[in-house]
Amino acid sequence: MKRDYAEIFFNSLARLVTYSITAVIAYIIFDIVRNGIGVISWEFLSGFPSNGGAKGGILPAIVGTVYLSLGAIIVALPLGVASAIYLTEYGKQGKFNEMIRLAIVTLAGVPSIVFGLFGLGLFVLFFDFGSSILAGSLTLALMILPTIIVTSEEALRAVPRSYREGSLALGATQWTTIRTNVLPYALPGMLTGSILGIGRAAGETAPILLTVAAFFLPRLPDSVFDQVMALPYHLYILATQHPEIELVRPMQYGTALVLLVIVLAFNLGAIVLRSRFQRKIKSQH
Amino acid sequence: MWKEKAIKFGLMSSASVSVISVALIFLFLFKEGGDFLSSPGIGSLFDTRWTPVSFVNERFGLYPLIAGSLLVTFLATAIAIPFGVLGAVYIAEIAKPREREILKPFIEILAGIPSVVIGFFGLIILAPFVKNVFGLYSGLNALSGALLLALMAIPTIITISEDAIKSCPKSYRQASLAMGASRLQTLWRVVMPASLSGIIAAIALGMGRVIGETMVVLMITGNAPQITASPLESVRTMTATIAAEMGEVAFGSEHYQALFIVGIVLLLFTFALNIFSRLFYRRYGNRS
Amino acid sequence: MKRIKSIITVTALVAFIIAQSASFSSADEKKNLVIKGSDTMVHLVSNWAEAFMEEHPSIDVSVTGGGSGTGIAALLNGTTDICAASRKIKGKELKFAAKKNVTPVEFVVARDGIAVVVNPKNPVNALSFDQIAAIYTGEYTNWAQVGGPDKKIVVLSRESSSGTYVFFQEHVLKKQDYTPSARLMPATAAIIQSVTDDQWTIGYVGLGYVAHTKGKVKSLKVNAADSLKAIAPSDVTVASGAYPIARPLQLYTNGQPSGAVKIFIEFANSEKGQEIVRSTGFVPPSATGK
Repeated sequence: MKRDYAEIFFNSLARLVTYSITAVIAYIIFDIVRNGIGVISWEFLSGFPSNGGAKGGILPAIVGTVYLSLGAIIVALPLGVASAIYLTEYGKQGKFNEMIRLAIVTLAGVPSIVFGLFGLGLFVLFFDFGSSILAGSLTLALMILPTIIVTSEEALRAVPRSYREGSLALGATQWTTIRTNVLPYALPGMLTGSILGIGRAAGETAPILLTVAAFFLPRLPDSVFDQVMALPYHLYILATQHPEIELVRPMQYGTALVLLVIVLAFNLGAIVLRSRFQRKIKSQH
Repeated sequence: MWKEKAIKFGLMSSASVSVISVALIFLFLFKEGGDFLSSPGIGSLFDTRWTPVSFVNERFGLYPLIAGSLLVTFLATAIAIPFGVLGAVYIAEIAKPREREILKPFIEILAGIPSVVIGFFGLIILAPFVKNVFGLYSGLNALSGALLLALMAIPTIITISEDAIKSCPKSYRQASLAMGASRLQTLWRVVMPASLSGIIAAIALGMGRVIGETMVVLMITGNAPQITASPLESVRTMTATIAAEMGEVAFGSEHYQALFIVGIVLLLFTFALNIFSRLFYRRYGNRS
Repeated sequence: MKRIKSIITVTALVAFIIAQSASFSSADEKKNLVIKGSDTMVHLVSNWAEAFMEEHPSIDVSVTGGGSGTGIAALLNGTTDICAASRKIKGKELKFAAKKNVTPVEFVVARDGIAVVVNPKNPVNALSFDQIAAIYTGEYTNWAQVGGPDKKIVVLSRESSSGTYVFFQEHVLKKQDYTPSARLMPATAAIIQSVTDDQWTIGYVGLGYVAHTKGKVKSLKVNAADSLKAIAPSDVTVASGAYPIARPLQLYTNGQPSGAVKIFIEFANSEKGQEIVRSTGFVPPSATGK
């Protein structure tokens, strides 16, 4: 067979481009791991910051990020799953459905800083929550809502129609059918969405900038009306605001590494879970 | 039966939260920023200077901020398109199945890296690099920002474009190959045109992500609110302006209102890109 | 089915715990002190806070930066107990305060000299106010115009939210606007980083920061008028008032302080507090003390 040189050239070019992207990703991760790993110690993870973050640890920032993401997911998960159930199981192709879909797409496209402005206007000022975990979590919850709805919807659609029909044929009501014959199978897929959501909430800076984040707060919060430190904001502060650049560089890398590990662990978990779920659905067909 | 109805009603209310949120976002941005439109008036937004803190004359011209956002966005998109589209073609059409299974999640990981980490990386590694390559006095400029933003748009473009390419029916390819076209000809003349609307949708979504990104541009573009078309100059984007100045202003002041107006303008930009993307996405979605 | 139930149970439990902790705290007597404001002062204030909490373990202090304007806005909005400001409160803000029934009370706690800095490789050693103003308003764009080599000037400024930005604009630029090509850096550290790395930049930073850079940036001698001698910034020249770009740093409270707020202000002005002022690179306000 004649070799097609144009094709070989094109394939190599596409391969080069693709692998250069992965090389850049690998380099970013490598650079942060290499420079950050030396900083990680029990003291760093469990200590409180001192000297404006140049010394001590980042515990309050870790705890703050955990609280904010948990708060966001507690609000967003039930709302998102319920929305997805409505859209896939109940919704007809009507005007209302179309409107909801448009809203979800719009919400997914709202810039994170605009979520921050909105959170400031609605939660911090109008509801008078002040700069607080509550305001920050609710803002993040709205931000991750589209992700959860879309992944939950995918999970529900992946459940074969025959499962539903069997139950309905036996005289079960629609809700009973969903509860017993649809949700259990869609659960892993929905979990994927919520894990992705947590990861995204943990890594965002702009929305919490205006609604919750504190520069220096060397204690743990004891109410949802408290401000907290958060890892992304702490990294931003360390990267741009501390006067002693050399002294604080290792702390920057350490913080970046911890943030990266937390967020990537969630994403990786979601990816693994999703591929297992997809395989399972396929094998059931 | 009332239970069924109650559940349905509950689910419907949850679903309408998205609609209500979108309405509230527009409502609250206007509530906080709307007064600016009557005094000092909408006209003062059409100005070439943004000097919100001034002893002479506080000016709230949006031109420099919009120009900054557009410059960075177009540059980033121009960089991201070849990488994103070729990457998608490679993963969808050329890579072996095993390779694909590794490449796809790896690129999705990139989408997961928090923007502040990318900004941090840019500040320490990329900006000095750009400065040295171009022999500049400072690496904090539109180009550095655009390079990082392109990196952030690439996963979006790859994932959606790959979807579009893969959804091109097998029969098209088989017909083309059966007529004696090479694989490359099939790819360019048949598969790509058939997936074009999906790819355009992917690019528009990528642009939406770029224009709305905050932390990276705040950290890396140098933040000079000037109107320029040079990639090597420093610019200030709409997002960075809000993030940097919002903390400072007295609530209710003109400056505070102006920042909400910037938020509205930004929202309109992303909204338009989204609608645009959706129009194309649906076209390709209907066909398959 | 079991899994769904357990997830719902866990979710409800977590929500319950959070709601509980929220209701507990309102009854809790532990004192919280919130301080917001100037980035210039944030390290001073957080160092104070650290030492203060050692002496008063029953009081929690949280410190947030963002700029003097941020702090004053927070004071007027009632979201902070103390505001740290590197500039005096403006008339406009006072009007706002009156509207909101807030009476800001001022305490001068330190003095800060603002150094005009360049890269050590830059041969320029001294500038007058007029020259600095010409550079910052965009009239001069080349170092040759102030006796340096033929290189373009890269102008660095703080964000407009910074008290330093406003002070510099008022006193050195004589209230003129900054050139739009001035780069607004998020914080002093970013200016120092840029001046260290990039040879033809000019920036202004609090003197307290210059001490930390160990010679990586060079402070210029400055004279307010051509008839005056150019003075290098130092603790001595700032305290004596000889160095022309210096300002008081202050804390603002809403009304005369009481309770934890009062204890903190007293701590800041105490021997120990003023020792921290010195170690952070500022100068005690002996001449202007309140």
